[in-house]
Amino acid sequence: MDTRDTPEQAELRRAARQLARRLGPRAVADLDDATRTKRLLAAVRDAGWLELRDDAGDTGGEPVAGAVETAIVADALAETVADVAFSGPVLAADLARRAAAPRRDGALVAYSADLVGAAVVGGDATATSTFAVDAETEAGDAAYVLVPDGDGFRLGAVPLDGATGGADLTRAVRAIPAGVAVSRPAGGRLLTRDDVASWTALGLALTSADLVGLMRGVLDVTVAYATERKQYGVAVGSFQAVQHLLAEAHCLMEGSRSVALHASWAADELAPDDALAAGRVAKAYCARAARTVCETAVQVHGGIGNTWECIVHVYLRRALLSSQWFGDDGLQLSELVRTRLTRTGAGAPPGEALRSGSGSDH
Amino acid sequence: MDFRDSAEEAAFRARFRAWLADNNPALPASSTDDEYWARQAEWHTALYDAGFFGLSWPASYGGHDLPTVFDVILDDELAAAGAPPRPSLGYLVQGITTHGSDAIKDRFLPGLISGRERWCQGFSEPDAGSDLASLRTTATPDGDEYVIDGHKIWTSYSDVADWCFLLARTDSDVPKHKGLTAFAVPMRQPGIEQRPLRMINGVTNEFGQVLFDHARVPAANMIGAPGEGWRVAMTIVSHEREPGELGYVARYAKTVKELEHRVRADPGAYRADQREAVAWAYVQAEMLRLHVCRRLSERLDGIEHGPGGSVDKLLMTWVEQTVGAAALDVSGPDAALDPDDVALKTYLYGRAQSVMGGTSQIQKNIVATRILGLPT
Repeated sequence: MDTRDTPEQAELRRAARQLARRLGPRAVADLDDATRTKRLLAAVRDAGWLELRDDAGDTGGEPVAGAVETAIVADALAETVADVAFSGPVLAADLARRAAAPRRDGALVAYSADLVGAAVVGGDATATSTFAVDAETEAGDAAYVLVPDGDGFRLGAVPLDGATGGADLTRAVRAIPAGVAVSRPAGGRLLTRDDVASWTALGLALTSADLVGLMRGVLDVTVAYATERKQYGVAVGSFQAVQHLLAEAHCLMEGSRSVALHASWAADELAPDDALAAGRVAKAYCARAARTVCETAVQVHGGIGNTWECIVHVYLRRALLSSQWFGDDGLQLSELVRTRLTRTGAGAPPGEALRSGSGSDH
Repeated sequence: MDFRDSAEEAAFRARFRAWLADNNPALPASSTDDEYWARQAEWHTALYDAGFFGLSWPASYGGHDLPTVFDVILDDELAAAGAPPRPSLGYLVQGITTHGSDAIKDRFLPGLISGRERWCQGFSEPDAGSDLASLRTTATPDGDEYVIDGHKIWTSYSDVADWCFLLARTDSDVPKHKGLTAFAVPMRQPGIEQRPLRMINGVTNEFGQVLFDHARVPAANMIGAPGEGWRVAMTIVSHEREPGELGYVARYAKTVKELEHRVRADPGAYRADQREAVAWAYVQAEMLRLHVCRRLSERLDGIEHGPGGSVDKLLMTWVEQTVGAAALDVSGPDAALDPDDVALKTYLYGRAQSVMGGTSQIQKNIVATRILGLPT
């Protein structure tokens, strides 16, 4: 066992952080700077990061890079709330790779209304609204859905239209209305329930990595503020009441980093159900931690932390979306209860879990 | 990045698992029963004699010169088998290794590591808790000996100890941090009185008070130089704060496993919030296991005696208290009606974790000023 980065991973981490710091927004007003966001998107594309989970060779083969490397980029981009689509398109490419479907530029995944997993559509058209998360500004025209077929799923697609919005100011969510037609690409491979479990494990690992990056970034911003901001003639960060809040937040971030690293490793290296369990542990911990850490950041910023101009709410909003995407801590815990604390210990197959919004109760 | 066993690690794991299958003493959880403390020495020597103790310590003193990640395997397997955790004394080994002379290391490390000589740690005093440097126990030179007078408290295993790693004041004319010196004091002598402490969960065999009244220690038993005591103490407490050094991961995993077993046996008997509390305790225990994997991997770059131990101590404390709270939740009314309820004892024992080895408040001060760089 050696959980340290390899030299290549360390170099990727360094490069990704450097890019995110150079081109991410430094202030809320920067979110409207279209020149910067175009440069950021171009830089991420040029680095090849949107292709990390594409097929390395023939269709249906291994990805270009591991889940660990993909999570390293997700973590780095989140540190500066970089407003560029990454996990969304990468997860779509990964799903297409598993289904041996040809690459579609700018494709995303249409998620169920609770954002817990890829939408499963039985008929010719969607029955409910679905949501494409992390919609690129230059997104393509398709969002993947899962079409049940025997014991598994075929990869289907719905047109990627509908209004963009969402609470996260850095990654758009496109609401795809109910009733859109589902197309079924010819060829490709049946996605087994194990494929869907492994893909879900990757989604949990990437959203957990995003939360870790957010925690580190928002803490850096907040520690700097607590050092500068003076009251009673001294820096507010010199008061133990403030120090203890920040120390707790730092510990939560460190614990999150440990579980998220493991989930990213597990996504490629462990059997699907074990990878999924590792992802659920990581997401449960990171989602709770990130909420506390971001709330601490708002509190330590005082009044100014509650204004639109202060960047901490950009972190908090992004954390709220990353928490819900693939399920928040409550969902993960109910899944862990289902798999670990029922008499049989077996529970429903992963596909079922994807469809049930809040997890089954007993 | 690889969380999987190497070939060498896998072979070690298989060997330990096989040994454990025949040698699990089935002791009660340390937190809940005096029997554990009474039989801890037996467990220590059994592990040592089989070659499963002191894995990362120098082979010349009875260790095995293995990377610290092997301790993760040990803890994994102990937890999986429901076996007792390994005795925690890595911090004393670190203290002696870092500060002791060759003569001190040769004399004391083999017995400490093998478990043939039992040790306790005499740091805290009734009036020197968080403010440890204000301690008042004195060591006064007298020929080639020092005479010890004072009162120590929270002295773990003092009743069975052969030696006390004692911190005493040797110079009252310098600032408080600079007048302290560390000694290996023989416990079996007339000038020492033991008083057991009964803790809130009823356990009496873990902690004691020790009164020194003209006890004597050879000057040759000094650990480090005169006046170096504070640095020695800081080395020890920084390791005392590390779950990887303490082996507590196995203890928490064992409790969680027992809780899961209890709920799984009759899931319908528990409310959704009780089951969720157990799942959250599992998440927390897993976090600590993985965090220790990461920390011990980082040690492959070399051992650091830094403030990072305070982060780990806080995480460990939250885990212990979350697991204790889950036990209490699952036990429900039993914990209120039965004074011997194991969940009640586990919960009560966990309250001390945010005090011992430096309170959570002290740890947060350290994290804030030394890691985050906040002003004082």
